Amino acid sequence: MPDTLLFAMEAAANGLTAGVMYALVALGFVLIFKASGIFNFSQGVMALFAALTLVGLQSGQIPFAHLINAIFGTRLHYFGFTLPTLAAIAGTVVVMIVFAWLVERYIFRHLVNQEPIILFMATIGLAYFLEGLGDLMWGAEVKRLDVGIPQGMSLAVDETTFNWFGYGFYMDTLELWAALIAAILVGALVVFSQYTKQGRALRAVADDHQAALSVGISLRFIWVLVWSLAGIVALVAGMMWGAKSGVQFSLSLIALKALPVLILGGFTSIPGAIVGGLIIGVGEKLFDFFMGPLIGGATENWFAYMLALVFLLFRPQGLFGEKIIERV
Amino acid sequence: MLYREAGDFKTSYTSDNQTFPIRFDRYGYYFVLGVAFLVMPLILNDYWTNALVVPFLIYTIAALGLNILIGYCGQLSLGTGGFMAVGAYASYKLMTGFPDLNIIFVILLSGLVTAGVGVLFGLPSLRIKGFYLAVATLAAQFFLIWLFTRTPWFFNYSPTGMISAPTRTVFGIPVTGASASALSMYMICLVFLVALAWLARNLTRGTLGRQWMAIRDMDIAAEIIGVNPLWSKLTAFAVSSFYIGVAGALLFAVYLGAAEAGEAFGIDKSFLVLFMVIIGGLGSIFGAFAGAFFLIAGPVLLKIMLVDNLGWATDLAAHLEIMIIGALIIVTLIMEPHGIAALWRTIKEKLRLWPFPY
Amino acid sequence: MLDTQPDEGYTTADGRKIGGVAMEMKNITLRFGGVVAIKDISFDIRWGEVRAIIGPNGAGKSSMLNVISGFYNPQEGEVIYKGYRRPRMRPYQVARTGIARTFQNIALFEGMSVLDNIMTGRLNHMKANIFQQAMWWGKAQKEEEENREKVEKVIDFLEIQHIRKTPVARLPYGLKKRVELARALAAEPSILLLDEPMAGMNVEEKEDMCRFILDVNDEFGTTIVLIEHDMGVVMDLSDRVVVMDYGKKIGDGTPDEVRNNEEVIKAYLGVTDD
Repeated sequence: MPDTLLFAMEAAANGLTAGVMYALVALGFVLIFKASGIFNFSQGVMALFAALTLVGLQSGQIPFAHLINAIFGTRLHYFGFTLPTLAAIAGTVVVMIVFAWLVERYIFRHLVNQEPIILFMATIGLAYFLEGLGDLMWGAEVKRLDVGIPQGMSLAVDETTFNWFGYGFYMDTLELWAALIAAILVGALVVFSQYTKQGRALRAVADDHQAALSVGISLRFIWVLVWSLAGIVALVAGMMWGAKSGVQFSLSLIALKALPVLILGGFTSIPGAIVGGLIIGVGEKLFDFFMGPLIGGATENWFAYMLALVFLLFRPQGLFGEKIIERV
Repeated sequence: MLYREAGDFKTSYTSDNQTFPIRFDRYGYYFVLGVAFLVMPLILNDYWTNALVVPFLIYTIAALGLNILIGYCGQLSLGTGGFMAVGAYASYKLMTGFPDLNIIFVILLSGLVTAGVGVLFGLPSLRIKGFYLAVATLAAQFFLIWLFTRTPWFFNYSPTGMISAPTRTVFGIPVTGASASALSMYMICLVFLVALAWLARNLTRGTLGRQWMAIRDMDIAAEIIGVNPLWSKLTAFAVSSFYIGVAGALLFAVYLGAAEAGEAFGIDKSFLVLFMVIIGGLGSIFGAFAGAFFLIAGPVLLKIMLVDNLGWATDLAAHLEIMIIGALIIVTLIMEPHGIAALWRTIKEKLRLWPFPY
Repeated sequence: MLDTQPDEGYTTADGRKIGGVAMEMKNITLRFGGVVAIKDISFDIRWGEVRAIIGPNGAGKSSMLNVISGFYNPQEGEVIYKGYRRPRMRPYQVARTGIARTFQNIALFEGMSVLDNIMTGRLNHMKANIFQQAMWWGKAQKEEEENREKVEKVIDFLEIQHIRKTPVARLPYGLKKRVELARALAAEPSILLLDEPMAGMNVEEKEDMCRFILDVNDEFGTTIVLIEHDMGVVMDLSDRVVVMDYGKKIGDGTPDEVRNNEEVIKAYLGVTDD
């Protein structure tokens, strides 16, 4: 087998693991969009905030320490104890659910029936608010996050591929784990929305708000529910990315990577988000592998968008959308 | 009863069509123009010009442009930062490539180049709508910034990857480069802003403006009554990008003096201008001014309060600042989704009827 | 090439001149995927007449109107307009050939004032280029005033002077319908399509609307094609009626002829079993 093909396959395999993460983040968007028509731009910052909270709880940071110190001239930083990872994760989940409740109670309850662009703007406002809050609460320096997943080259993959092709693929153990966890979560979300009572209520709301209300489904509950789910998705994404490259502002940019996935798969399609995520993950790695050296590299920043754009020109309704029949 | 329209009769369609149909508004407008051109130059000091006034003028131009696209034509764009970068890099290439070209023409040409790029990225709007289009414009944002940081031709192979504006003059007075005074920076930005605001007003009250608004309010019906969607959307993209390009060129050449694409024209700039448009009020020229003022002056005031008066660390103040901006945006949207301009309209309507509201 | 024979037309009982054939629909078939909305329908529209299309819900009336206004392109059949076969066109191009319409669910531009809405009807009569408009100079300004005068005439005609500067979103339903008619009239169309102009109106508003439609036809000689459910209105207003049911044409003729048509009675009243 020629070497180029092997390298390309290696890139594609790595793209696949990244793609699963994109799919997961995209699912966070899709859930909220389906249930409330809100294009939640704060998804990425939610991931950052969740990761910051996780690190903070883990290491026993005092929230708002810097702020308190600046106002009262104290020198507080840590409580002096640490939490086990699982307890910290549980604590963060609670924080994200409270956050979901607050968002519904204090923002979107007051914006019911507004145009989509107003809701979208509100989520950008929320993103700014949350970014500032996260930094203020936990400090803005880059933090290391260790959730107990090993890092570095996966020997198993290296060995297996070496036996198959005579060339060992480089894949990071952490990314494999991340892909696995993301895949499990994606599966869980699909099962949840298809087979549980709440999931059915969610789909009913997505189909028709008015009709869902009239059969007694609580819109508020559904909204809190999807925002909580999005919070948990954000936590997982933040955890995995944070463990890989530290918890810092750039983490909030992963949401931007999920947007082309949404275009590709459609804003309301769960399978679309999954397939779209995989296509983008593999596509951008392969494109950078083949074209990057020719045109200066770092094409990952925009390739996904261009792919989505070109795709849209030929199929405006996305991968799984139905053909739009316009009427007057 | 200063503010009234009773007794202010219109005898021709021309006078009924004018921008400020109420006499008091008209005089107010002349007064503001007079202050801006005659009084401000006398009282402005360097600090305020740099920190507040010049950025306000430049961002108002950008907000006017984006408002034409979003507020009038209903096409959501998140690529403003990228288009400002096009204006900036076009002005840089023109200034360095044609040293004798007057800076006024350089800036206008940069606007035209940006208009061309804007039309190119506006083409997808013919097939896709709403948030799909918004995400597609992000493609412009990321691609353009990548292009400008990765292609050495654009920054003339400078080792730092920065572009810096050489000195250029208008009537012998330097307006760009290190030797430009605050006053000359103020005047050139003001002239551009007043001219562009006037043009925007004319475009939006005429045939083209009505075509844009028709597309915004109901694109299918608009097409059936005879609006060519291709023409309206692309003109909106072109005009909007022209404004944004001019703003980008001014920001780089006049205000910043030196810039790097990813740093100066990142996606946060797209959002900043978008906020201005939304907070100020979609589909309102006044709104662009109000929104730009609100979002330029707000952070400056916060910084003065927290850093200069309370002695906080700069980064701490910056965190609080973005938190407050985010909260303000949400509060504004909840209180008045149509922005400061709508608030202002309500006040004016009350004033018209005052003191007999029924 | 002329497809239709020159036709002298006739004079109605109330003395209006009806001209030759303005538009002819030939074997129109329209499908959405597997659903056939219109099946092989042919009829003609004469200059100056009021032509009604009636039929039960889902009969394909609105689809027919959409075919005429170019919003839908039929899979089969052709539209002969002013003697020529109309090529495949975008809706805005059709509008420029002198066809204006109103919509079943009001399609006004909610963010604009009544005046601006009606001014959009004049778009195809305004030719100033973008630079003239930007400078508000010469042609642009002159045009704006000339067309404003035309629009004011329509406003007078439809008696909506008092709401000229009101944002459309604030108007009640009946007035919105009237503004929509004004917008279509402002275009000075050769053929005016009205999709259920009286739906959801009370008796008084219906009477007003009837009067306006008749006046338009009478004073400007505008050809009118309308869809309406109120049989009384249709029989009073129209010169000829097309009856549709399940996408097929089941009747065509004067109101009296249609009223006595067996198949039409069956479609409307159901079959009597006794």
